[in-house]
Amino acid sequence: MMLAQAEFIPRMPLDDWIESAVAFVTDTFGGLFNVIEFAVNVLVQSLNFVMTTPPALVMIAIFAVLAYFLSGWRTALFTLVGLFFMISIDLWDAAMVTIALVIASTIVALSIGIPIGILAAQYRGVETVVRPVLDFMQTMPAFVYLIPAILVFGLGGVPALIATVVFAMPPAVRLTLLGIQQVPGETVEAAQAFGSTPWQTLVKVELPQAFKTIMAGVNQVIMLAFSMVVIAALIGAQGLGTEVVTGLTQLDVGTGFVGGIGIVVMAIILDRLTRGFGDSNAPGMVKGG
Amino acid sequence: MTTEANDKGRETVIRVENLSKVFGRRTRQALEMRRSGESKAEVEKETGATIGVYDAKFEVYQGEIFVIIGLSGSGKSTLLRLVNRLIDPTEGKVLIDDENLSEMSMKKVRDLRRKKMGMVFQHFGLLPNRTVLSNIAFGLEVQGTPVTERNKRGMEALKMVGLDGQENKQITELSGGMKQRVGLARALATEQEILLMDEPFSALDPLIRRDMQNLFLDIQGEIQRTVIFVTHDLDEALRLGHRVAIMKDGEIVQVGDPEEILTNPASEYVERFIEDVDYAKVRHVEAVMVEPKEVAYESEGPHVVLRRMRQAGLSSIFVVDGERRLVGLCEVEDVARLSERGENSLEESVDRSPKSVLRDTPLREVLPMFVESNAPVAVVGKQGRLKGIVVRGSLIAGLTTGSEESWESDGKSDVGSGGVVGREAVSTNYAAQEFDEEGNRT
Repeated sequence: MMLAQAEFIPRMPLDDWIESAVAFVTDTFGGLFNVIEFAVNVLVQSLNFVMTTPPALVMIAIFAVLAYFLSGWRTALFTLVGLFFMISIDLWDAAMVTIALVIASTIVALSIGIPIGILAAQYRGVETVVRPVLDFMQTMPAFVYLIPAILVFGLGGVPALIATVVFAMPPAVRLTLLGIQQVPGETVEAAQAFGSTPWQTLVKVELPQAFKTIMAGVNQVIMLAFSMVVIAALIGAQGLGTEVVTGLTQLDVGTGFVGGIGIVVMAIILDRLTRGFGDSNAPGMVKGG
Repeated sequence: MTTEANDKGRETVIRVENLSKVFGRRTRQALEMRRSGESKAEVEKETGATIGVYDAKFEVYQGEIFVIIGLSGSGKSTLLRLVNRLIDPTEGKVLIDDENLSEMSMKKVRDLRRKKMGMVFQHFGLLPNRTVLSNIAFGLEVQGTPVTERNKRGMEALKMVGLDGQENKQITELSGGMKQRVGLARALATEQEILLMDEPFSALDPLIRRDMQNLFLDIQGEIQRTVIFVTHDLDEALRLGHRVAIMKDGEIVQVGDPEEILTNPASEYVERFIEDVDYAKVRHVEAVMVEPKEVAYESEGPHVVLRRMRQAGLSSIFVVDGERRLVGLCEVEDVARLSERGENSLEESVDRSPKSVLRDTPLREVLPMFVESNAPVAVVGKQGRLKGIVVRGSLIAGLTTGSEESWESDGKSDVGSGGVVGREAVSTNYAAQEFDEEGNRT
């Protein structure tokens, strides 16, 4: 039995506080959450539709061409082989559903994370607030996010996406901030000296020069989102994660491993694909601007 | 001492009044303390603030090159950035065409920057993701000039700096000198009347720097912008500046034309600054001597020598003996007279005591030799053989400083008439360097 330590220190019901805070938020912003739920659902469903409707061979061709232009023929070849493999282990549909969820989470994470990164780069105050919050978000075990997500949105794809977004967003903020901070001060000064507005400075000078770093952030967001696939499956998101969870709950080694290998293959494909984003040597990248 | 007249009647474009900038906290208090006579170091220690610029005042006239010079940390770059409000002043005024920049809204400041002030940066400040032309047209782009118009004007600026045909290159493909040409062209393309230059040539190696200075002077000769030029290089300041402001610890310690600075250093600091440069670059005759274009031999007749002098365009020529030992100096008028009279010997025209120095004579000692006349000085070896000559132009260009009497002599002579000593020296120097090495019959 555990002994109560140092009883003279007053005990704090932190768990109760958080619970009532979540309850308060759920009650008060219920309407807002409904809107969010609806929007996220539309996003996930339409991406699901886009990914799963076309015949597998058409999708494979699209992926391979995309891989060639973003990264080169090696990646294209790997993508081709990898995706045929997904069909041969009968996980094609699950893979596409997972990709849809990853893309949806990434879109949401980027559309929140990049603007926050930009703001943090412009205003010191924002940066001081944002940094510890990011640390918190990244170090908190991802499972924990599932609980309030379920409380607010119930089971299914929506809470999975929200939890994924919270977990995967930090690199988008961090690398956008870093990328902009790394832009040589003289180029920013030059822009100002020639009469640029802050918006012109951002769009014409800062973002283009920070592009590579921001793209590295995008790649990381995607990979983190992918790492949430299994956890998301625990609360009812469909896809490759479901295979692993099934394998786990039924102690079915075969199913579990096949699902796991499928995740690995898809993760490598997505990583190689998106790593080429900021790389000007890729065939599809126009050199310079 | 002569430029005062030049400046009279010229329009003041930039007027800086009691301008101060303190970085950090307690800025007002720091200024008060500084005003009450405490030194910069004391104030900074007590308040924790940093005084960047203190109580600067000067005027810049239309079409002149106003140089701000100082060691690193003297506040010269800060002062430049206060002029276009890249940095907000703590106190004081900057008036551009009588409009107070410090009180304008940011929108008006932007407008002013677009229409009136261009800037060139030490590390170029170019956008690496754009081509040369699109960098040059950047200023026009932010003004909202249509693409065709800005490309046209960009191309004109490109030609001005000698980058024809490079318009589609990437910035990363260019050398340092080329990059700064782009930086200069960017500031020229917008056709603003004021040009702020922040150590534009300091990052370039010496030869390229000299090229760029010449290019800049050429262009400036055509377009006559009003320029504030920041540098830490006294050579450069004297070469380019119509007037020079010397900064120390955030304060302007002297403003004057190059002659004034050199002849009447306002304080011990200025004097030391000038001397430092002198001693740092210990220069001897060797560094500035050039090959004589032609020499005359003692045994030759006036006709031959006169012909040779005319061909080489010389007004005087050194006479040597068969072993190339220095005998004397002949002036063209004297040789011509002998030639007319049909004399056979140079003898009568030879000045037997020409000015001569050794290779390792410090330049300081050579300067006074040009007081009386502009005649070249012979450089002789230990055996009295003629090794080279020092002409006025190469000497002045080779100098970073001068003793009082020598620079005064400059004012009297025909060369430095505009008082723009540095510039005249440059052109003379380049003439001197065109001397070829032919005609050394040995």
